[in-house]
This record gives sequence, C-alpha cells and structure tokens, in this order.
Amino acid sequence: MLLDHLWPNRRIPLAWLLLTRQPGRLLVALAGISFAGILMFLQLGFRDGLFDASVTLHKRFAADLVLVSPRTMSSIAMASFPRRRLVQVMADPDVAGTTPVHWNFLLWRNPQTRSTRSILAVGFEPGDPLFTDTGLVERTRVLSQRGRVLFDSLSRPEFGPIATWYQQGRTIETEVAGKRVRVAGLVELGPSFGADGNLLTSSETFLQLMPDLAPGSIELGLIRLNPGADPATVAARLRSHLPKDVAIYSKQGFVEFEKNYWRSSTAIGFIFTLGAGMGFVVGSVIVYQILHSDVSDHLPEYATLMAMGYPLPQLLGVVAREGLLLALLGYLPAWLAGQALYAVIRNGTKLPVAMDNPRSLLVFGMILSMCLGSALMAMRKLGDADPAEIF
Amino acid sequence: MPIPPRSSEAAFPVSSDLPPQVSVPDSGNGIVSRHRNGALNPREDSSAAGSGGDRPAPPPGQASLVVHELEHWFGSGTNTRQVLDRVNLTIHRGEVVLLTGPSGCGKTTFLTLVGALRQVMAGSVQLFGQELNGAGRRERQLLRRQIGMIFQGHNLLRCLSAEQNVQMGADLLPGLGYRARRDGAREWLRAVGLGDHLDKLPHDLSGGQKQRVAIARALAAQPQLLLADEPTAALDSRTGREVVELLRRLARDQGCSVLMVTHDPRILDVADRLVEMEDGRLSEANIPSRALSGSVR
Repeated sequence: MLLDHLWPNRRIPLAWLLLTRQPGRLLVALAGISFAGILMFLQLGFRDGLFDASVTLHKRFAADLVLVSPRTMSSIAMASFPRRRLVQVMADPDVAGTTPVHWNFLLWRNPQTRSTRSILAVGFEPGDPLFTDTGLVERTRVLSQRGRVLFDSLSRPEFGPIATWYQQGRTIETEVAGKRVRVAGLVELGPSFGADGNLLTSSETFLQLMPDLAPGSIELGLIRLNPGADPATVAARLRSHLPKDVAIYSKQGFVEFEKNYWRSSTAIGFIFTLGAGMGFVVGSVIVYQILHSDVSDHLPEYATLMAMGYPLPQLLGVVAREGLLLALLGYLPAWLAGQALYAVIRNGTKLPVAMDNPRSLLVFGMILSMCLGSALMAMRKLGDADPAEIF
Repeated sequence: MPIPPRSSEAAFPVSSDLPPQVSVPDSGNGIVSRHRNGALNPREDSSAAGSGGDRPAPPPGQASLVVHELEHWFGSGTNTRQVLDRVNLTIHRGEVVLLTGPSGCGKTTFLTLVGALRQVMAGSVQLFGQELNGAGRRERQLLRRQIGMIFQGHNLLRCLSAEQNVQMGADLLPGLGYRARRDGAREWLRAVGLGDHLDKLPHDLSGGQKQRVAIARALAAQPQLLLADEPTAALDSRTGREVVELLRRLARDQGCSVLMVTHDPRILDVADRLVEMEDGRLSEANIPSRALSGSVR
C-alpha cells in the first residue's frame, strides 16, 4: 500500500474513529460549529460590509490628496470651506490638478409615489475628473445642461423605479430640494451606510438646488499630483502653507477617516462584533458539550489505554485532534453557506459584502480556537481517568 | 487455532521437588518446555513466594515480580483502613499464578499496585528488577508498557474494530512500522481464533470473542507480565475455560508471567501456583486445583 511507504510510522487514527463511529453525534457537532461559523461570517460580513459601504464613493474619487473642512466628521455631515484653498493648492509644483466638489443631502421626490427621501447630491464641473473611472466621467458631460442629474441606478428602490423607467426611454422629471430636475442618465455607484442613494449634478445645478449656499464654498476638494510625487511630502508641505480652515488627507486616509467614524462614533462596530462574539460563544459551548460528553463516555476506554501504558499527553493529543478535525470539518460548510448568504445579502441590501481572505482566515481562526479551547477544557475531564479504577 | 488438551499438565503440583522439565509434560505444541528450560530454579520458585514471614526480599534475578512486605491502606486519620498487610509474593518468568480470596480482601488493590497503576505506600514492589516504591508517574507509565492487562469487562475501545483494538496494543511497541504492527495484530487475532472477525466492532462480537480480543490486545504489546482480573467473570463456564487456557498457552509461548485474580473454581487448575488472600494477607494455597480439575473435565 502506498500509504505504508509514505507514512510508515502512523498509528490508528483514534481521534478520527472516535468521531466518525458516532455519526449522529458528529453531525450535531458539525451542525453546531457550522452554525457558529455562519453566524460569525454573517455578523462580520455585515460589519465590514457597512464600513465598506460607507466609502463606496470615497474609493472612486480621482484624487491623491483630499481637502476637507476640519469640522467635517463624516460623509453625512460635510462642512464647507473656501474654494480659494483649492486654488492656493494649485501653486504647489507637484499638484497636477484639482476638482472642487459640492456635497450635501437633498430631498428627492419619488416620481411614482410623490414621497420624499434624502439623497446624496454631489456637484462638480461636468467633465472634471471626479472619479477614477474615466468612462463615468465621459457620461457626466450631459450635466452641463442646467437642471440635469445623473441618478445612481444602485440606489435603494424607495427613490422610485428610475432605472427601469429610464431604460424604457421615459423622460423622468422630478423634484430635488423643491426644484425641478430631469434625469439625464444613470451611473452605478451604490448606496452607502449614510446615503440610500446618490445623484450627480453640475456645480451650477447644485447651487441652483441650494440657493442659500455661498458660491465660494465647497465641501470637498480633490487634488491630483504629478506622477512620482510623494503624497505624504506634498500633504505636509500643503499643511504648512494653508490656513487651519482645511484638513488634508491622503485618499486612503480619507477612506479610513470615514470608516473610522462609523466604527468609533456609532454602535455598528460594537453590535456586529458582539454578534460575532455570540457566535463564538455558542459554538464553543456546543463543541465543549460534544467533546466533554465524548470524553466522559469513553473515560473507561481512556483509562484502559493509560493502563496499557499510553502516556497522558498522547491521550490529550487524541482529544486535541478531535477538536482540530471538528474545526476543519465544521469550517467548510460554514464557509460555503457564508458565500451563499453573502450573495443573498448583496441582492437584498446592495451592500458590498463579499467573502475576502482576511475574514475567511479570521473566522477559521475563531473556529479553530473555539474547538481547540473546548478540547482543552474537555481534557481536564481526561484527568479523571484513573487507570487504578478500571479493575 | 484449536486449543490443545492439557489434562495432565493441569495436575502438575507446584510444590513438587521434581525439576519442572520432568513434571511439566509438554502439551504437544512445544511451548511449555521451552520456557521451563530457562534458568529457573523451581525450589526457590515455590519457597520464596507468598509464604509471608520476615525474610529479606529475594534477589530480583529471574523474577518478573518481587513483592516484599507490601502494605497499603485507604483513608487517613481515624478512618484509615488497611487493605494489604505485609504481603510477599514472587512470580518467576513464565509462571502462571492464580490469586483467589473473598471479595473485598484486597485482591484488586494488590493488582493495581503490582500493575504500577497506584503509588506504592510502604514495602517494595519490584517489576522486572525495577522498584515501584517511589517511582514517578512517568516511570510507572513506561513500566506499564511491559505489563499486559485483561479486565473483568473486556474494556475494548468501542469505536475500533477487533483488529484495530489489538493494534492499539501493538502500537506501543517502538520502532515497528504501521504494516508490521497491523500484521502483528492480525496474527494475534488468528492465534486467538478470531481470524474471521478482524473487522468486526466489539459490539458485534460475543462475550467470549471480546475477551479473546482483549487477550490478543494485551499480548500484542509483548508484555513480560500479564495481569488478569477475573477474566472469566462475564463468560459461561465452557467459554471461560477456553479463554483461560488460551491465555495461559499464549502467555507461556511469549515467556510471559501471569498473575490472575479469579473467583472461578473451575479454572484453578491452569495455575502453576495458587495463592490465597484473606484480610490483606497472602498465603500459599494447597492445590485445590488438583481436586477440582477432575470434576471440571
């Protein structure tokens, strides 16, 4: 047999046999572990998905550095700063270009039900490189006409069947902030945790929608650097030149700034981390229960093995291997079910939830520590196996 | 494997002055005489063992087991109850010794002490020349590898097939590949007549078959001393007899000494020597085996 050559010193796979010769119990154990794993995948997926969703727009901006007001706490509360600062930035030799951006939440009237709902409106000069996706930028040229908006087709359905109507060729006119606008096209951006939907428009239209806004103020300034320029150096230089009424972030820093707001200033992170923790606890209890009763049931047999001269560490190893096997066997269905559930969540909530490697590893690590920890607890029971008692 | 008839051997008196080569007729399989040909001196054999008294401990020499002035008690303070009182016993290589006595007289405690399963409190137990009094957990565990144990219940691992159970014994042997150990396990199962039941789980075996698997398991580890605690208790008389004869024959084949605790008067005649325990004291018994053997057959 090939195995004899590859692994001549192998022993009877006691842990495997202990588990598999009781298929009913094994199934219960695996169901419990998988359930715990699914719970963790779900909660962590929601959590990360929400954090990721809060930066759907941020990640697309064509910018190396970002200028915001220091009073800005997050994308749902953007304070304004003077547009002049962006002009000042242009004086730096490493800056290749800038894009001033207006950013605010406005009331959108659903053209079908006539109810209103808050939508994120982003205003900029049509044709300006707002997003890294250049095809998207080309489409924004239609905005140069007044009163035109581009509607995010991934917005929640509460804003009305805009995408469907638009594709049917209907002319869609509705109210934003009490002013008439026409949907001139669709873009695909995706809702975020703060914004249920997005629309893009020109600065001119934006100012028309918000007549009270000071024309010289913007909420966001995108800065693009010359190739080869170090963003950190330039940011430091700009910081020393500019007054304190603006804050400068790198693009990644801006993304983290936004995520951090949701993480630290809201209960989301806590709630979903707690949910994942509950999964961990439930799973631990199940695995411990299974392993403990397994050890208890086989206590005379373990004692017999000790009487035969098997050292205690070797028997502890059997329990540890049982835990390891349970972790491996339980993780696989959890991972598969996690994939399926993420697909369901993506369809249902349009949140960017996907199985990524760090989370797969994290959940595997948690399942592993859950199983091995339970095995460790169950091992204490093995200490009760007194070979002197078996006669 | 058929169990050879050994009627004459059963009547062999232990205390005989005849040399064992003469007094132990070969049962036809050439096993017994081989081990009896060792450097054993039968006189010392019988006189040193189990006679109590205050003589100094006999030199270990060829003895598998030397117990000297062993005492043991349970509880502490006023609740102390002494279970073993100055017990002396020597078992030589290849010897089959049966231990009888009323229940609660300390037989099992004695067995656990001799089997290195319990810490020795007072007195001396030497296994294969190694002192157990003061031996640590690890030393006792290593010593146990040289002791085969057969229990009242079969104590087989329920999740393992007969073959795997026996291999759990063989797995303790160092330096043997998986295949060698597995083949060894099969060999032992054939030797106990279970060659057709290799893959059966204990659940599917009869009581006698299970006990035979347990014997194969104990012997597969190639022990020098076999401890058996009422191995026939759960078996009917005929099966019990078969199992004990098998045990004795295979143990001798291995040059392995046997210490068997039993209540079963029908199997006393397989012993080379019979010792009796009463109230924690051990004494040589007067060959009840000879008287009984006739009625059993």
